[in-house]
Amino acid sequence: MTWRIISALVENKPGVLFRVSNMFRARGFNIESLSVGPTEEQDLSRITITINSDDHTTEQLVKQLRKIIDVVDVIKLPLDNSVYRELALIKLKAEEPTTRLEIMNLVNVFRGKVVDISKRSIMVEITGTPDKIDAFKALVEHYGIIQLARTGVCALPRGVVYE
Amino acid sequence: MVEMSGAKALIQALEREGVDVVFGMPGGANLPIYDELYSSSIRHILVRHEQSAAHMADGYARIKRKAGVCFATSGPGATNLVTGIATAYMDSSPIVAVTGQVPKAMIGKDAFQECDIVGICASITKYCFQPMSAGEVPEVVKKAFYIAESGRPGPVLIDVPKDVQQESADMVFPEIVKIRGYSPHIEPDVAQVASAIDLLLNAERPIIMAGGGVHISGAFAELQALAEMLMIPVVTTFKGKGVFPENHPLSLGPIGMHGHAEANKLVTEADVLLAVGSRFSDRSVGRFDEFGRDMKIIHIDIDPAEIGKNKQADIGIVGDVKVSLRIMLKMLANKVIRKGEGEWESNQWLKHVREVKEYYRSMIKDHAREVTAMKAIKKLRELLPADAIVTTEVGQCQMWTSLHFDVITPGTFFSSTGLGTMGFGFPASIGAKVARPDLPVVDIAGDGSFNMTENSLAVSVLENIPVIVFLLNNYSLGMVAQWQRLFYNRRMIGVDLKGMPDFVKVAEAYGAQGIRAESMDELDKAIRTALRSDVTTVIDIPIDPEENVFPFMPPGKGLKDTIIAA
Ligand SMILES: Cc1ncc(C[n+]2csc(CCOP(=O)(O)OP(=O)(O)O)c2C)c(N)n1
Ligand SMILES: [Mg+2]
Repeated sequence: MTWRIISALVENKPGVLFRVSNMFRARGFNIESLSVGPTEEQDLSRITITINSDDHTTEQLVKQLRKIIDVVDVIKLPLDNSVYRELALIKLKAEEPTTRLEIMNLVNVFRGKVVDISKRSIMVEITGTPDKIDAFKALVEHYGIIQLARTGVCALPRGVVYE
Repeated sequence: MVEMSGAKALIQALEREGVDVVFGMPGGANLPIYDELYSSSIRHILVRHEQSAAHMADGYARIKRKAGVCFATSGPGATNLVTGIATAYMDSSPIVAVTGQVPKAMIGKDAFQECDIVGICASITKYCFQPMSAGEVPEVVKKAFYIAESGRPGPVLIDVPKDVQQESADMVFPEIVKIRGYSPHIEPDVAQVASAIDLLLNAERPIIMAGGGVHISGAFAELQALAEMLMIPVVTTFKGKGVFPENHPLSLGPIGMHGHAEANKLVTEADVLLAVGSRFSDRSVGRFDEFGRDMKIIHIDIDPAEIGKNKQADIGIVGDVKVSLRIMLKMLANKVIRKGEGEWESNQWLKHVREVKEYYRSMIKDHAREVTAMKAIKKLRELLPADAIVTTEVGQCQMWTSLHFDVITPGTFFSSTGLGTMGFGFPASIGAKVARPDLPVVDIAGDGSFNMTENSLAVSVLENIPVIVFLLNNYSLGMVAQWQRLFYNRRMIGVDLKGMPDFVKVAEAYGAQGIRAESMDELDKAIRTALRSDVTTVIDIPIDPEENVFPFMPPGKGLKDTIIAA
């Protein structure tokens, strides 16, 4: 079992995300994360999927994705030759000024940002690989996580790729 | 460019696709389409239940090898189609289902007879369209047929909101369509084909496993040529039954849960398996981990997702079966390879194949009763012309057909093999008869299954589409009863059909012909009468409710665990 990223170019029209996610459900594929957004071409969206699975399952998932008519292209992204990022928003309990300072220091180390502060909480934004976000989360967990949201991975291969 | 309504454009687009018949039922949400059908040359066949409309379109498609069309209204009309669409999907059969939908503005408002049929059908169709403006209709129809019929065929749904049917637009009817996310792989990789040939030529115990893909691509002649050229025995999957003449010396018949004993045995002994147009279904190969462990597998299929899905192949060839086999034959011809009949004497494997086949065929025992399923089916084979079309219902009747009915002309047999839909056979036989009115069409039925869609008798009588229902009547849901007898300690529940209804009277009530055949003599006469009749005939053949189907590979087991007889 290894962690992998699959990137699919799909038609940007209603129902496509449903077809894709419905296929995962119907065929019993377990998805770790999924993100969708516009691309350089107006009528195409990119779906980035991360899964934790073996070669065989990954191969099957790619084939089943390709089979969906609104899916225009599917690639497995090589982890060592791709840029991949995720964004997390984490709201932490921070009632003491010292706690706030501690958290802000950690945020700096992780090159994150403090995006909101209230009397009793602090919200930070961390961008990076999922590992990095996991590591940050592990470091701050003991302060008390009030809420957390992650975007799922978004990725592109390095260098110039022409089809 | 011509201005017309969406409904008119839909009917015109169907006409342009060469559609000559539509099976369906009207309702509020598809009335505009029906109103256009009124002035069209397309024949409308009114069904008594939309499930049967889909099965009829499916039966038509399997014999015509082009898409069959069915119509239903929104809501319950559309949901009634679902079983038929799923049946076609599992058996890769091209149907185009056109449903009415509530007007655009009502979608999502839980309107009267609204139902999210596009959502429901997502995992049982190749694609679903829901045109949101009339101008889209011509292209949608063109794409629907292209998708349904090309590559690995399958059902396509077109869900048309009522106002889209009514509104007018300037229509352009495209001659060809391109879909950038869809391009079927027709041509195989020649290098892969060459290595497949090497593997086959060096095999000691080669076997061909032919699946439904051979039927779909119409590669009957190519398959036979290949088998004869290399003298390789042929087993089929159940879906592939009859793609190779079953009276051919190289034919071993279907493998699987109720496969021929010799086929189940020999397929596990092969050292090289050439699987053509097959998806290695569990029903055919049993346990995936066990099947083919010690053999090299060559897998040809048009659907790349089938290569390695259930079974890893040593050589995977993605391509149309017919095109791939032709390339194979050409390459072999260049090598001037042709083995002859002499192989039966000189080749150890073929000798063994013949012995095993003879042994198991001699083991087949029949019960003492005068009329048994096996005898009845053999009698039917004897009296039917070689090219008669035969389909089945689901259950013991289906498996007895698989075991005892030898298909002689390739492509004349089909059944609901993937979904196993009771009630499929009769409406599908009507669809097949519409496709080939010149041939006798027989549905080998069980009482439980026939009961499910028997109201199609009205269709076959009133529309003058005579077929033969060959009813193996065991007054029970026999296949389920068999499992209760064998695996549930004879705790019989929910399987007794106690002779209800009287199918002879049912047939007569619909204006069809009903004949009860209680002896082989009566059966002989009944079949002859049915073949001469120009009205649908139900031949009710009482058989023993206690009889089990053997051989039997128990569920969850492998082919080697096949139980030969009780
Ligand atoms: C629509 C549907 N419902 C239930 C089943 C489960 N099932 C499989 S075979 C069978 C019995 C079929 O009875 P019959 O048509 O009389 O055939 P027999 O086995 O008696 O020959 C049943 C209920 C099914 N395959 N399809
Ligand atoms: Mg029965």
